[in-house]
Amino acid sequence: MPVESASELKRKDVVGIAPLEPAEIQLILDTAEELLEVARRPIKKVPVLRGATVVNLFMEPSTRTRFSFEMAEKRLSADTLNFSASTSSVSKGETLVDTARNLMAMAPDYIVIRHPNVGAPHRLAEVVPASIINAGDGINEHPTQALLDAFTMRQHFGRLEGLNVVIAGDIRHSRVARSNAFLLNKMGASLRFAAPASLLPAGVEELGAETFLRLEPALEGADVVMMLRIQRERQAAVNFPSAREYYDFFALTEERLALAAPHAVVMHPGPMNRGVEIDSAVADGARSLILDQVTNGVAIRMAILYLLAGGRGAATADS
Amino acid sequence: MRRLLIRNGRVVDPSQGLDQGMDVLLEDGKVARIGERIRVKAETPVLDAAKLVVAPGFIDLNAHLCEPGYEHRETIASGCRAAVAGGFTAVCCCADTKPVNDEPSVTAFILERARDAALARVYPVGAVSHGLAGTELAEIGEMVRAGAVAVGDPGPVANALLMRRALEYARSFGIPVASHAENVSLSDGGLMHEGVVSTRIGLRGMPAAAEEVVVARDLMLARLTSGRLHLRHLSTAGSLELVRAAKAEGLAVTCEVAPHHFSLTDEDLAGATYNSDWKVNPPLRSADHLEAVKQALYDGTVDAIASDHTPQHRDDKELDFSEAPSGAVGLETAVSLAVDRLVHGKVIGIGRLVRLFSIGPAQAFGLPGGTLRPGSPADVTILDLRRRVTVDPKSFRSRSRNTPFAGIKLRGAPVVTIVGGRIAWRAEG
Repeated sequence: MPVESASELKRKDVVGIAPLEPAEIQLILDTAEELLEVARRPIKKVPVLRGATVVNLFMEPSTRTRFSFEMAEKRLSADTLNFSASTSSVSKGETLVDTARNLMAMAPDYIVIRHPNVGAPHRLAEVVPASIINAGDGINEHPTQALLDAFTMRQHFGRLEGLNVVIAGDIRHSRVARSNAFLLNKMGASLRFAAPASLLPAGVEELGAETFLRLEPALEGADVVMMLRIQRERQAAVNFPSAREYYDFFALTEERLALAAPHAVVMHPGPMNRGVEIDSAVADGARSLILDQVTNGVAIRMAILYLLAGGRGAATADS
Repeated sequence: MRRLLIRNGRVVDPSQGLDQGMDVLLEDGKVARIGERIRVKAETPVLDAAKLVVAPGFIDLNAHLCEPGYEHRETIASGCRAAVAGGFTAVCCCADTKPVNDEPSVTAFILERARDAALARVYPVGAVSHGLAGTELAEIGEMVRAGAVAVGDPGPVANALLMRRALEYARSFGIPVASHAENVSLSDGGLMHEGVVSTRIGLRGMPAAAEEVVVARDLMLARLTSGRLHLRHLSTAGSLELVRAAKAEGLAVTCEVAPHHFSLTDEDLAGATYNSDWKVNPPLRSADHLEAVKQALYDGTVDAIASDHTPQHRDDKELDFSEAPSGAVGLETAVSLAVDRLVHGKVIGIGRLVRLFSIGPAQAFGLPGGTLRPGSPADVTILDLRRRVTVDPKSFRSRSRNTPFAGIKLRGAPVVTIVGGRIAWRAEG
């Protein structure tokens, strides 16, 4: 049974997928679908957030997520301010809570935050009146990524429930895997993880996935194969031997993709390590939805900004 | 002659197998007599302890008093005020001061400050390694001569050879070596107990095995060296099982547990929105480990309940969970938590509770006290098992307020703390 859509998002913040109800996820996806239309207009802008201020607080390097949020904010006519780790006072030893209190003096309506520390958005949400949107907190959650992934799957297959989704790679350090797991479980998809045990978290069953220690058996009958970036910058050298060996056993190649369902599609949250976790032939192949994910990311972020505003006017209204 | 008669109390003293209504007469800093209806001259002060438990003074084996060097968190005076208000007559303080207590002048300084405070007894625990660096032995003999009662780095000692040599060397001075059992490479930057809850809330976990492998190592070294080993704040089922087996074998090992490890689990941490007051090391474990801690308290595997009082400044605890330092203050909550969770929670009886706070810790570190035998120090802790208290950090005598217990209601509390025959603290109302 498809999940019914909620009529509104009854919350101040989107700090993760974990707290969201299935009906709220459905609402975000439905709203994003309507907002996707804005990108096809000659003037790609609607005035629904005119006069609203959004602070983009990026305490960890990010290009695509930051650009995607900024584009979403601009398409909704919001005013945006960008803070990043290199320019902010956080590097001078200010606590996050202090930074937030200072920002509040500027009375923003939204704070989009990416932070290396797990729970930073949650704590911010408790101390400031602005709406907090989590753009990735440490290894915990990346809710907008999971929503755009789900949107992309739904767009392609027309549904989420019953889909067989494989997520492969560094599950233990991946907020994308975690947010996707929470979301896909709530929406009735069936989830598999494929990774060596050194890249799986303790108590992985808590994430509601069937676990495979090799990629090949996980791929059988898969509708969606999502490859995760092997985050070499966060990896101690003990978690897997080398990029070369990783490619040998765990990369998605055309041969391995042939083990999935004939109609299977390939996704990747980016940025990709070509030749490590994914072969270029697959990444750029006909079954890749990787660029759709990027396009859909803007619509998802517009939907969240819009819904948190309490729905000022119809989503597609242009005046 | 300075006298005090404690009248009509329920005297619970496991060192003598006592649990009965009796009077206790203190005289010139010693326990003079213990018996029924002791008669004294009219001018002798009398403390009515009817309906109260009269116990040997409680001893805390593990508190960070932070002085010298970190007086913004705690001083020896504020720590002693917290100790007596929590029912402790004696506190063993850790070596993580600045400068580190790894040589006799620091040991002597701590004792001098404690004399000035003149509240609780303070027993310094020296560092086992010079500068807590884990590479060279600290001046163990010199510190013992200056008054140290044990040695042990407050953090993990990665170097097994140093641990071996310390256990051997300390034998000459008759003191135990206290170990914070943790393999840091296995902890791998973990912020909480590794398990289903860490996976659910996305915080990096440290496995129970990070503690257990070092407990196993240290027990084998104790066997190898015939040294006296004390294991600090054990928190896992596996650690306690290892200690149980070592004691059955007859090794000279003692261990302590901290109140938060029999009161809170990782689920409680998960409910606290990444608030670093719930961040302690060893971390709050899962419910099965908590049950194992209770079982070990019940079956006698555990020798002492120690507060692991770790003051942290508010500015530091306001940092994000991953950056904030570990630790919770405990001197002013330990006894109430133990009475509430263990005695009223029907895990142990009052006799065992008193043992875990008195003769148990006294024997672990070879301290005077822990008993009301005539001739012993006149240190007495008086408890009201029915008194209801609400944990209010604002009322703490400690300089720090970092506790995961704020606002919780507990039944049972210390009401009078007597050190050397003098009333050091008395509950209001």
